[in-house]
Amino acid sequence: MKQRDLGWLLAIIVLVGISVWLGLNPNYPIQPGLDLQGGLQVLLAADVPEETVIEREQIDTARQIISQRVNALGVAEPLIQIDGDRRIIIELPGIENPEQAIELIQGTALLEFIDTGTQSLPEGTCVRTSMNTGPSPCELNEVGQTISQPQTYETVLTGAGLESATVQSDTFNNYLVAFDLESEASEIFEQFTATHQGQFLTIVLDKQVISSPRIESTIRDAGSITGDFTLEEAQNLALQLQFGSLPIPLRIESTRQIGATLGAESIEASVEAGAIGVSIVLLFMLVYYRLPGGLADLALIVYALLNFAIFKWLGVTLTLPAITGFLLSTGMAVDANILVFERIKEEIRRGLNLTEAVEIGFNRAWTSIRDSNVATLVICFILWSFGRNFGASIVQGFAVTLAIGVMISMFTAVIVTRTFVRLVIGGAADWLKSRKWLLGV
Amino acid sequence: MFNFMFNFVQRRRIYFIFSGVVITLGILSIIYSLVATGQPFRLSVDFRGGTRFEIRFDEAVRESQIREVFADFDHAGADVTALGDETAANFWQVRTEFTTPEESQEIIAALSDRVAPVDDDATSVQSVSPTIGAEVTRAAFVAISIAAIIILFYIMFSFRQVPNSIRFGACAVAAMLHDLTIIFGFISIMGLLFGWEVDALFLTAALTVAGFSLQDTIVVFDRIRENSQKRPNENYERLVNRSVLETIHRSLATQLNAMFVLVAIILFGGDSIRPFIAVLFIGLLSGTYSSIFNAVPLLVAWEKGEIPFLRRAG
Repeated sequence: MKQRDLGWLLAIIVLVGISVWLGLNPNYPIQPGLDLQGGLQVLLAADVPEETVIEREQIDTARQIISQRVNALGVAEPLIQIDGDRRIIIELPGIENPEQAIELIQGTALLEFIDTGTQSLPEGTCVRTSMNTGPSPCELNEVGQTISQPQTYETVLTGAGLESATVQSDTFNNYLVAFDLESEASEIFEQFTATHQGQFLTIVLDKQVISSPRIESTIRDAGSITGDFTLEEAQNLALQLQFGSLPIPLRIESTRQIGATLGAESIEASVEAGAIGVSIVLLFMLVYYRLPGGLADLALIVYALLNFAIFKWLGVTLTLPAITGFLLSTGMAVDANILVFERIKEEIRRGLNLTEAVEIGFNRAWTSIRDSNVATLVICFILWSFGRNFGASIVQGFAVTLAIGVMISMFTAVIVTRTFVRLVIGGAADWLKSRKWLLGV
Repeated sequence: MFNFMFNFVQRRRIYFIFSGVVITLGILSIIYSLVATGQPFRLSVDFRGGTRFEIRFDEAVRESQIREVFADFDHAGADVTALGDETAANFWQVRTEFTTPEESQEIIAALSDRVAPVDDDATSVQSVSPTIGAEVTRAAFVAISIAAIIILFYIMFSFRQVPNSIRFGACAVAAMLHDLTIIFGFISIMGLLFGWEVDALFLTAALTVAGFSLQDTIVVFDRIRENSQKRPNENYERLVNRSVLETIHRSLATQLNAMFVLVAIILFGGDSIRPFIAVLFIGLLSGTYSSIFNAVPLLVAWEKGEIPFLRRAG
């Protein structure tokens, strides 16, 4: 018996050690959600009749294109994901200029081939083109001011002239993107490539360079772009060539713009209030249940550490509901110990000796802890799937932290507390016999 | 050991009537609200679609000034309320029909221009199209119904050693629905009085209440399960009452702990989650009450054949 408890104690110490390490490790940052740090959430839906079937490829391409446009804004942790089969959710935490972002997301991206002469431009360079001399989105900072004045180049052809683009690999297993041109575009292309051999024909999407290949031969109906591509890069390029503009029209279904300081104010107040509340709970446990209460408080601190570490490790986004979910699971962890201690008191009153009462207390309380926690987990799962399907991410955050908390609390409130109680009370059973006030009986 | 046992079960009619009165008050408010406003409670834009502005001005402004600007954008029906510290009069909530992001920006620019400078960092705009609103509402109903059914079966399964285990599931779910009805009535009344809304946050509160209610009920039921195996010959009413008495310390201690945290947040927490916490507060009180005074007496009433239509069951 003793040996098993010491084994558990060792395991608990190791877990706490790992948690503290994770907790202090800056590589696993805590991510504040939109409601806490402000930002923009946009839900886009395909603007086509209900009965139109949307190919997975179309919506995925739209997501990729939007991703690229959003990346140009320089938001730290953008989230762009497909929701169901015809919606895209975009979350841009901490963005300072939401109007610009909305414009950019909704705009139609333009693919152009530009004449850069003998100059090869590195990927990502911002340019202006003769097609449309306005600033390129990538040359603007978050506040919408121009930070550099890029050079203007001549547009040879736009993406509208392309018929298709596919990924192929050559004999050396290098990936290349092959494309076919429409007839009118073929003539322009033939004429241009014939007269500009050895020079560079640069491909830009939304006036940002994606590739800058050298013209090696005259191209008429079909050509290929070589470069130092990985398979993924080649596939992306092919997609962009094919669908420079969004493959399906999208309309805004819902937006949430949250001011940066709004959330911060309420979170500070709530965290402070939560800390006061939890301190009172710790104090209550100590005063009401004495020695076991103190041990339960210790287990509760282990619980908080483990939770914090897991949130960091999984990258849980902390929103107000997520914090509430955590507080609720803390309540359940406390409740589990109350159940056990009340049971132990009952058994002692019934005349059992201390060690027996402790064992029976934990065993008997387990069934109700298990049943109520499983019921809570069921609710969490339903909430989680509800939040997943409808962009109600606010509810999802609550479900995730509550579920993690409930699972950890089953471990800490039962195994950790039991190990502490067995080791302390088991070791001092005789001494405690004459000091029953320490047990709160 | 218990010579004098407080009998929780005997006066069950009184408890049922008390619950009935509280629920009726809520339902009356829901009906009144339905007739007066067309909605059972004030639904937030999450559920009914529309746009909600929360605007912080740099100085105090009057409601009529805000209303004027919205009227110029064809939103004469906008619903304008003061938020936060009402004497400061610089933080306002405005609810309108669905607006596009461009329109929202134009409105805020106009407010900044004509009323008072707007603090962008402390301003938020949420707009939801009516289609999404309707979808979210439907999903919420489905989620709650599925949760109730799954829990009914889970408890039935978990109490399968006890005769008539379906009663335990049904009574626990009935108590849970009782608590949900009470908080929906509460939010309806608060909506009429103070403009509180049913939003996504309220939904999390409702599910928390459901979880706590179940937990409370399951703890007492668990003790009934244990006692009925230990004392198979005891009078049912007495056995149930004993189980309530044996678990009441735990119920009170847990309730007290939850209240510590909630009261602390109500007193010191931010404005924005105060309605959320208040709903939790009412819901948790109701949850503990309904476990002891509804779920358990209901079990006894069922056993004694006092429930109409269920007399012959089991």
